[in-house]
Amino acid sequence: MNRPDSNAGNAIHQASFTAGDALNIPTLKVLDPQGTIIDGAQMPAIDEALARRIYDTMTYIRVLDERMVASQRQGRISFYMTCIGEEASVIGSAAALSEDDMIMAQYREHAALRYRGFSTDNFMNQMFSNAKDLGKGRQMPIHYGSNELNYMTISSPLATQIPQASGYAYGQKMQGVDALTICYFGEGAASEGDFHAGLNMAAVLRSPTIFYCRNNGYAISTGTDEQYAGDGIAPRGIGYGIETIRVDGNDLLAVLLATQTAREFALKHNKPVLIEAMSYRLGAHSTSDDPSGYRSKEEEELWAQIDGVLRFKTWMMNQGWWSEEEDSALFEKYRTEILSALKVAEKVGPPSLEEIVTDVYSDVPTHLSNQLTDLKAHIAKYPDAYPSGKNGESH
Amino acid sequence: MAQMNLLHAINNALDLAMEKNERVLCFGEDVGHFGGVFRSTSGLQDKYGKGRCFNTPLTEQGIIGFANGLAAQGAVPVAEIQFADYIFPAFDQIVNETAKFRYRSGNEFNVGSLVIRTPYGGGIAGGLYHSQSPEAYFTGTPGLKVVVPRNPYQAKGLLTACINDDNPVVFFEPKRLYRASVGEVPEESYEIELGKAEVVSEGNDITLLGWGAQMEVIEQAAQMAKDEGISCEVIDLRTLLPWDVDTVAQSVTKTGRLIISHEAPITGGFSGEISATISDKCFLHLESPIGRVCGLDTPYPLIQEKEYVADKYKIFEAIKASVNF
Repeated sequence: MNRPDSNAGNAIHQASFTAGDALNIPTLKVLDPQGTIIDGAQMPAIDEALARRIYDTMTYIRVLDERMVASQRQGRISFYMTCIGEEASVIGSAAALSEDDMIMAQYREHAALRYRGFSTDNFMNQMFSNAKDLGKGRQMPIHYGSNELNYMTISSPLATQIPQASGYAYGQKMQGVDALTICYFGEGAASEGDFHAGLNMAAVLRSPTIFYCRNNGYAISTGTDEQYAGDGIAPRGIGYGIETIRVDGNDLLAVLLATQTAREFALKHNKPVLIEAMSYRLGAHSTSDDPSGYRSKEEEELWAQIDGVLRFKTWMMNQGWWSEEEDSALFEKYRTEILSALKVAEKVGPPSLEEIVTDVYSDVPTHLSNQLTDLKAHIAKYPDAYPSGKNGESH
Repeated sequence: MAQMNLLHAINNALDLAMEKNERVLCFGEDVGHFGGVFRSTSGLQDKYGKGRCFNTPLTEQGIIGFANGLAAQGAVPVAEIQFADYIFPAFDQIVNETAKFRYRSGNEFNVGSLVIRTPYGGGIAGGLYHSQSPEAYFTGTPGLKVVVPRNPYQAKGLLTACINDDNPVVFFEPKRLYRASVGEVPEESYEIELGKAEVVSEGNDITLLGWGAQMEVIEQAAQMAKDEGISCEVIDLRTLLPWDVDTVAQSVTKTGRLIISHEAPITGGFSGEISATISDKCFLHLESPIGRVCGLDTPYPLIQEKEYVADKYKIFEAIKASVNF
């Protein structure tokens, strides 16, 4: 509560402003770009098994991204978004969580879903909008979701997941479960009203939420200098009274350390935490985008040199936990697995026409079943004009 | 049975729901200790604690975003938007998130437990921003249910049904009637089925259809018509989405005439949707064009409120015009 004497001990008598850039939040780094632990750096909790699982996911996502961009270029799927450049950021944070923690992602975090165990078939079925897609073929490629894996289905509108994460985590707290919610979003989405609403609510209502900002330098073509003034997203956390840390997003160990520490703090104190991970979107925004219109090859090359996957791989090899032979074998294994699953998934038919009216409500109401009946009768008259008519479904 | 006004009925429905299920939460601006600016959540924080009935920061998009997350988690959030006029910052969360949560995930996730309560409507000298009836913005959104009660008995039964329903509901409360409408209400919990209209009084010459606070005005017009020897069948639609086409069509088939009245502006109002459907279902039974008596296509005025609103005289004139067509 404000009181008349609230600021009595902290008054000034000249019009001296606190500078807009007064907060210059430091960046946590553990692993240098050459893959060596920085002297005196705190280490996250990590053993060989965890490191291998992390690197396995990194490799999988690199192969998946490469294969699916090619598929999109071949016209086999309509759309794709890659994670390239941000694997360390996404996987390092996901690896710090319990499997019971809810992940509410933006859209470029399929590496976190893979880390949880989403199968190649599940990825393919979603991207080919076929009858086996958990989402019943309703959303564009990469809008994954899995109740079993606690990965909330992606929605295209930006930042809407942020206040939802505050609410989800409040529900976890009220239920007394030993789990929290992590919420991913980009530095562009942090300009949306939902960001401010969500962080403020989590802080005031004490929701155990990890807000994880992937600051990757670009919102489609808009660079950070046109997205915000001041020192990035992290100072906003301080403004809302939220414990905040900035981390090198290309440093897997730093990301893991920051997120492990954040998780422990959030659950112990029932408070949110903000992590700003500084990284770079090495790929295009999506397959519908061409970055050559707004940034240079030289800029991309600079970031490619400090890539988080290579850095982590070097560290693992220095640990004696990984070899080039294993590396080649793993790439080959996933290339084969993904290609064969892709060929299967693209031959699976679409969901049945009935699914067009299910899940709007918990049960199909009368007006929707009537509309389906009318639609079927119409398709039966013009079967060649509709995919479901050609399949003979309405006969 | 107990005498309750509409506020007491809502408070009582929330109280019983919170008592029965510890996952029911009530929150919004000033909802906590103060009990809401209209006092509909009065006493709930004292009874169930700050964790379950609480104030939120002043952010409608935050309130509904937060509520969506809670509902997805398995809680039963009853979120209050202080005035329906201020629901628009939450429009994206309601239209793009609440309404599509189940469909877009293939039923992997849903927010079916969510209820959004919000006071709506005019007649309180509230001017542009404390008088609107924005129901038609929501009736165009598949995945939502839209419900409006007309009196204390309806309010308690419908709100209880909304809380128990496995679909998200926007529940518009007629704030003009909060204290003005008093009636007998059962003390125990009960539900009124969603998606069902109610024939409030039977008649033969013309059907009058409305919802919420407008029902009182329609009933006054029906009495004026009765004095002139015109027998009106009065129907309260109660649920606007999905709406009870059969009950309305059955009535219009009998009477051959229909007047729809709502507070919201006529253009784009839900009466247009009803008119089109009833024209389709009852074309050969209609004796006159379907009439609509609604707000003017202007913002809601302050000093000219009496002229603006769809009052009993305007409805009475429309009844006579229809009968004499």
